[in-house]
Amino acid sequence: MSARRGPRFVAQLSFTMLVCAFLIVPVVLSVLAGVSVNFFIGVKSGLTLRWVGEVWSLYRDSIFLSMKIAIACLAVTLVLGVPIAYVLARAANRWTRLFEELLVLPVAVPGLATALALILFYGEWRAFRASWTFILVGHVLFTLPFMVRSVVAVMSAIDLRTLEDAAASLGAGFLQRFFGVIIPNARAGILAGALMVVTLSIGEFNITWMLHTPLTKTIPVGLADSYASMRLEIGSAYTIVFFIMIVPLLIAMQWLSAERNPGKAAT
Amino acid sequence: MTNLASGVRLDACGKTFDDGTQALEPIDLEIAAGETVVLLGPSGCGKTTTLRIIAGLEQPDAGGRVWFGAEDVTALPIERRNVGMVFQSYALFPNMSVAGNIGYGLKVRRVEAAARSREVLRLLDMMHLSGMGERRVDQLSGGQRQRVALARALAVRPRVLLLDEPLTALDAKLRESLRIDIDRLLRTLGMTAVYVTHDQAEAMALGDRIAVMSHGRIAQIGTPQDIYYRPATEFVADFIGTMNRLPGQCHDGVLRVAGGSLPLPADGHGADHAMFRPQDGQIVAPGQGDLAGRIAAVFFLGNATRIIVELDDVQSVVVETGERRAFREGDRVGVRVDPGGIMTLRR
Ligand SMILES: Nc1ncnc2c1ncn2[C@@H]1O[C@H](COP(=O)(O)OP(=O)(O)OP(=O)(O)O)[C@@H](O)[C@H]1O
Ligand SMILES: [Mg+2]
Repeated sequence: MSARRGPRFVAQLSFTMLVCAFLIVPVVLSVLAGVSVNFFIGVKSGLTLRWVGEVWSLYRDSIFLSMKIAIACLAVTLVLGVPIAYVLARAANRWTRLFEELLVLPVAVPGLATALALILFYGEWRAFRASWTFILVGHVLFTLPFMVRSVVAVMSAIDLRTLEDAAASLGAGFLQRFFGVIIPNARAGILAGALMVVTLSIGEFNITWMLHTPLTKTIPVGLADSYASMRLEIGSAYTIVFFIMIVPLLIAMQWLSAERNPGKAAT
Repeated sequence: MTNLASGVRLDACGKTFDDGTQALEPIDLEIAAGETVVLLGPSGCGKTTTLRIIAGLEQPDAGGRVWFGAEDVTALPIERRNVGMVFQSYALFPNMSVAGNIGYGLKVRRVEAAARSREVLRLLDMMHLSGMGERRVDQLSGGQRQRVALARALAVRPRVLLLDEPLTALDAKLRESLRIDIDRLLRTLGMTAVYVTHDQAEAMALGDRIAVMSHGRIAQIGTPQDIYYRPATEFVADFIGTMNRLPGQCHDGVLRVAGGSLPLPADGHGADHAMFRPQDGQIVAPGQGDLAGRIAAVFFLGNATRIIVELDDVQSVVVETGERRAFREGDRVGVRVDPGGIMTLRR
């Protein structure tokens, strides 16, 4: 870039800053509200962690439930998603492409509709309906496509078939090939998919809101609940807690994809 | 190294893929223990398919049988056949180091770590890769990668080594040097090898025998000299190097052709054509030699000069010479053909 920066550069920079401000200012305000003694007076009223503490005592169960569901969801999508991705990447024909499209349906269909379908189908099974595994099913439906696509993308980029032929010629049976060659070489896609699944599961609201019971509230449902029925400061403090959980995941995801792209040249 | 190489035999191995493509008509092929057979032919003629049938990556159509020595391996999957494979794309495992790649087959066979690393070191040394064991495979040049792939295939002491265009992805210089290395390896190890290529120079240099393939069939199999000097079909004659072919009428063992006449070899009496290689022709003064014509084009190739001589409106011949004379387009010349270089197709 030249040392002299024209008016065009200044204009672009200002515009970018303005857009950023537009997006970030409300977030900053919300965070500030969460640590102010009194929102209506503002930061002048003093800073406190009281509201954050309050959120912890009120919604601790939601936080633990969300983590439990996210981890279970990750486990299920790994066990189902990686083999599905493998089959799709290996076969790669008309039918597998159709299947891949079908798999994305739960993402395209509004979450409320998916949830309604689940309730209509399984609502009669009381114990299942009331347990956290009911929410888990919704989350798996919603996140599985992301895992599959992420893994398929990486598996299609490497010449899986030839790698497997090579391993087989050296005497490796299917399981040895799968765990010794295929999985390690799809690692980047599996990791990216895993982060995506955990992030989406923790943040998922639409389906969860329909599926939850008073005893199975996840973090985002609790967030809506606190906005609706608590002091504004508590709702805002809740936002902080939510950020603390989700932002590291988002950063890790960014870092992973940045890591992957420059490495493309070396295959 | 103990020699476990076994001969290979294909009995009526055809291949029709699920989509109906017949890649291979039922072919028979016998490879002696320790022999190198090169499968040579144009793209799509079924070379890779033949190799994959031997490897066990493809099943032959019903009726086909694959033998390793006296053992019928048709029903054995590839992982139980103990073959070594080398691919055009190297197919090294990106998740393993160079040493990890070379030792993979031994690890799968549960060879204990110490013995394994001793073997890996020996192979690294043999492939001129000493000290590179800990490198990642993406830190290697193409030539080095293919050496690693060879070492990896040899580590399991295969009964037969299968190579599918291993040099195609390399540049000309490297190709030459690695080809010499492969040749030396195959000889010193007494390996039974099947080598696929569409490069005839490679085929000539490496093969004890060459199988020229065309449209899913073996058009001819024989030593490089056989294939070059005694082609069995028009296809083989044209595919291997440049061949001049002149139609004509035979009178008393002499073929009248455009621009003159050619003496036919004893086994070719009665033929309706004669063939010769460009280097068996010689440009001589007009009125001399066997054929008369006019120089239509001259190409200086460095090690030789290629001259195209028009005999009449339809027929022309190519002559290649190492002479340092100047040849001018348009000059009327004679062409003398070495009688020992004249051949006809067997019928
Ligand atoms: N899995 C497959 N399904 C359908 N047809 C196939 C399959 N594999 C190969 N073929 C077809 O079989 C024929 C022979 O293929 P093969 O790969 O053996 O050729 P090749 O001689 O190795 O060619 P190349 O020099 O291009 O590698 C081709 O027409 C090819 O399109
Ligand atoms: Mg091929």
